[in-house]
Amino acid sequence: MARTVIPFGPQHPVLPEPVHLDLVVEDEKVVEARPSIGFIHRGLEKLAETKDYVEFTYVAERICGICSFIHGQTYCQAVETIMNVTVPPRAIYLRTIWGEFSRIHSHLLWLGLMADGMGFESLFMHSWRVRERILNIIESTTGGRVIFGSCKIGGVRRDIDPDMTKHILKELDGIEKDMREITGVFLDDNSVKSRLCGVGVLTKEQAYDLGCVGPMLRASGVAQDMRQLGYAAFNEIQVQPITRTEGDSYARCAVRCLELFQSVDIIRQVFGKMQPGDIEVKVTGNPTGETITRTEQPRGEVVYHLKANGTKNLQRFRVRTPTFANLPAMLQVLPGCDLADVPVIVLTIDPCISCTER
Amino acid sequence: MAFFEMTKLALKWALTKPATSPYPFKPRKPLAGSRGRLVFTKDNCVYCNVCAKKCPTGALVLNRKEKKWIIDRLRCITCGYCVEACPKDSLEMVTDHESPVVTRDRETG
Repeated sequence: MARTVIPFGPQHPVLPEPVHLDLVVEDEKVVEARPSIGFIHRGLEKLAETKDYVEFTYVAERICGICSFIHGQTYCQAVETIMNVTVPPRAIYLRTIWGEFSRIHSHLLWLGLMADGMGFESLFMHSWRVRERILNIIESTTGGRVIFGSCKIGGVRRDIDPDMTKHILKELDGIEKDMREITGVFLDDNSVKSRLCGVGVLTKEQAYDLGCVGPMLRASGVAQDMRQLGYAAFNEIQVQPITRTEGDSYARCAVRCLELFQSVDIIRQVFGKMQPGDIEVKVTGNPTGETITRTEQPRGEVVYHLKANGTKNLQRFRVRTPTFANLPAMLQVLPGCDLADVPVIVLTIDPCISCTER
Repeated sequence: MAFFEMTKLALKWALTKPATSPYPFKPRKPLAGSRGRLVFTKDNCVYCNVCAKKCPTGALVLNRKEKKWIIDRLRCITCGYCVEACPKDSLEMVTDHESPVVTRDRETG
C-alpha cells in the first residue's frame, strides 16, 4: 500500500505544546513517526552563567508554566545542598504543600486537555472549573496563580496563617467532592473508555528500557516515584506509588486521577504535622561544588545538575525534564495506531515541550 | 462500566448558577495576598538603587540626580524581590492588577 507523510504540529488544534511529527501512514494506520523539536528553545541553561544564583530561582521557575513551583523548589534544594544550608522545618512543609497543590492543578489541567483531545468538551470545562478552585488557593497563599514565586534559597517567602489553613482544609473537602464527580466520569464512562482503553499500550519492560518517568512509567506497572527518595517532607510522609498494569492510555489517565486524591491526602497530613516556626534562614556567600538533585514533578522525575565555582554565577546548570524522558516511549507506541488516536497518545505523556527545550 | 456517568453532573449544573462570572461587566476582584502591581511612594525613598540592582528583569531604573524612579511595566514580573529589598519601605505590592499597557513608555514615579 502507498505510504503518505502527514505533518502533525507544531501548530495543531489538539496540541497544547509545539512538537512536530512527520507521520508516515498507510491508509489510516501510522507506520512511523519522525519527531522534530526545537521550536521554543530559550537558552535558559546558558542564562545561568550571567544571572546571580539567587535571582536564577525566578528563571528556574519559568522553565515550565505548569510545574513551575517544583522547578523552583528543585533548584533551591540543589543550591542548598551545595551550600550546606539547613532549611527550617516549617518552610519544608510549606514547600511540600505548594508542591502538591501544583501537582493537583497540573493533573486537573491535563485531565481537561485529555477530555478536550478526545472531544468531550463538557468534561474539559468541568475539570478546569475544579482547577480554578485550586488556583484560587494558590493565589491567596503565594500571590501568583501559576508562577508561585514563593520559594527562595533558604526557605520560602510567605507563611500560611491559621485562618487560611482552616479555609484551605474546608475548601479541600469541597474540591475532593468535585474531583470525585469528575474522575468518576474519566474512570467509568463508556465513551471515555472506548476512546482510551487499549490505545498506545506500553509494556512494563518497554517502559523500563525506554527510561520512562512519572505516570507514564507507573501506568505500565513500575512502582517508582521520586517522592520515595524522601526529599522535602516526604521522609516523614510515606508515599506509595499509584500503579496500573495495563500500560494503555486509560491506565495513564487512571494513575493521574488517583494521584489527585493522594496529593489531597498528603496536604492534609502535612497541615497536621506543621508547627509554628521560622520560614527562612539567611544565606550568605557563594556556592562552590557540584550536585545532582531529583524530585517528582507532576509529569515525572526531573533531574537538576548544578556546578558552582565560588562566584555569584553558576558555572553549569543542566535540567533533564520528564517530557524529554517520555518522548522515546511516545515514539515507540505511535507506530501501529490509528491516525485519529495520535492526539490521544501524544497527550497521554503530558508533553511539555517548553520544559524539554528550556 | 457506566453509560450515563456525565448525565448527573450535567443535570446538576443545568440547574445551578454558572461557575463563570459575566466578565467584563463584572470584573474579577483580586484575592487578598495576590501579587498584582508594584506601587512606588516617593516620600521615604533615598534613591539608593537597591531595587534596581535586585530586579531580576532589569525593569527598574533610578536617577538619583533628578530623583526619579522609573519602571518598565512590560518587563516587571511582579516577583516582589524589590519590595523585600527596599530599606525604606517605599515599594509596595498591591492586589489589583495593572491595566493593559500598549506602548513601551516607562512610568516615572
